Amino acid sequence: MSLFSIFKRKSSRQVAKDRLKILLISDRVNCSPEMMELIKNDIAQVISKYMKIDTTSMEIQISKTGNSVRNGKVTPVLYANIPILDLKN
Amino acid sequence: MSEVIVVTSGKGGVGKTTTSANVGTGLAEMGKSVVLIDADIGLRNLDVVMGLENRIVYNLVDVIEGTCRLKQALIKDKRHAGLFLMPAAQTRDKNCVTPEQMVKLIDNLKTQFDYIILDCPAGIEQGFQNAVAGADHAIVVTTPEVSAIRDADRIIGLLEANEIKKIDLVVNRLRQDLVRRGEMMTVEDVLDILGIPLLGVVPDDENVVIATNQGEPLVGKNSLAGQAFYNICRRLEGKDVPFMDFNKNITIWTKVSGLFRKNLQEERV
Repeated sequence: MSLFSIFKRKSSRQVAKDRLKILLISDRVNCSPEMMELIKNDIAQVISKYMKIDTTSMEIQISKTGNSVRNGKVTPVLYANIPILDLKN
Repeated sequence: MSEVIVVTSGKGGVGKTTTSANVGTGLAEMGKSVVLIDADIGLRNLDVVMGLENRIVYNLVDVIEGTCRLKQALIKDKRHAGLFLMPAAQTRDKNCVTPEQMVKLIDNLKTQFDYIILDCPAGIEQGFQNAVAGADHAIVVTTPEVSAIRDADRIIGLLEANEIKKIDLVVNRLRQDLVRRGEMMTVEDVLDILGIPLLGVVPDDENVVIATNQGEPLVGKNSLAGQAFYNICRRLEGKDVPFMDFNKNITIWTKVSGLFRKNLQEERV
């Protein structure tokens, strides 16, 4: 460890605080499974207008790992994994 | 008008039972009539912390099932005339009681006591639902650790969903030496994250272990934790008791003057 990194080392207090803040974002936004199902169906419907998708194996989830930062705060990200069976156009 | 307080935390082992015992005892010391209810059916411990384990005949489940009268399950405290314990059943489980039955039980107790304090089990299942059902005030106990704070956040969400209007925080087992070294979150950090009003800060104190060994709550006694619990009781009674400033810069002068002001500081935890 270089001398520089000793000075740069975050205190474990700060590490704990930062980890908690990010962790609680995803804990708090976790929608109910019913709501996630509704969102999933709506997305599937819209996408289906333009291309043929595999609705049975599509997945959506809310996550904090997107590194989406706004005003210095980490915001949660909605991920959708939608397998395309056929591009209509 | 009696106040029904549930002491909860989500995570186990952060000090719910210790807090319940000390807050109940402290309020009784102030002349209030208090009943402590151990809502942790199957894993009761409030009786041993209070030192009343040898006096149990009937318990909460007996009252709810009608095996005994309400009065028969209330154990009188050794020292305080106005303090009673309703122990949990040890050989039953949480599912043998419903939230509706708990509300009914609490309604009966409301006519006799100023404070009804429920020691909630860890977790968010049936036992939690039973304990919060009749409460109008919640004390969330946490330690300044990531796991305890995460669970506390979840519990706060569930308390809000259960329409508990008043939710206060007790930060337990604060290690001031670690905070000074930057190796433990400060009370301000915890408040910043959880966003609920602070009711009290209890420093990590070996006297808590000693008191539990002896089955005698240490509230009001000459120890940091004892003073901290007493201050929590005073705040519950509506008194404005200032918090100790844990963020103070430690210089040689504050250390020296601190030696002389030790008693004064203990007043303010």
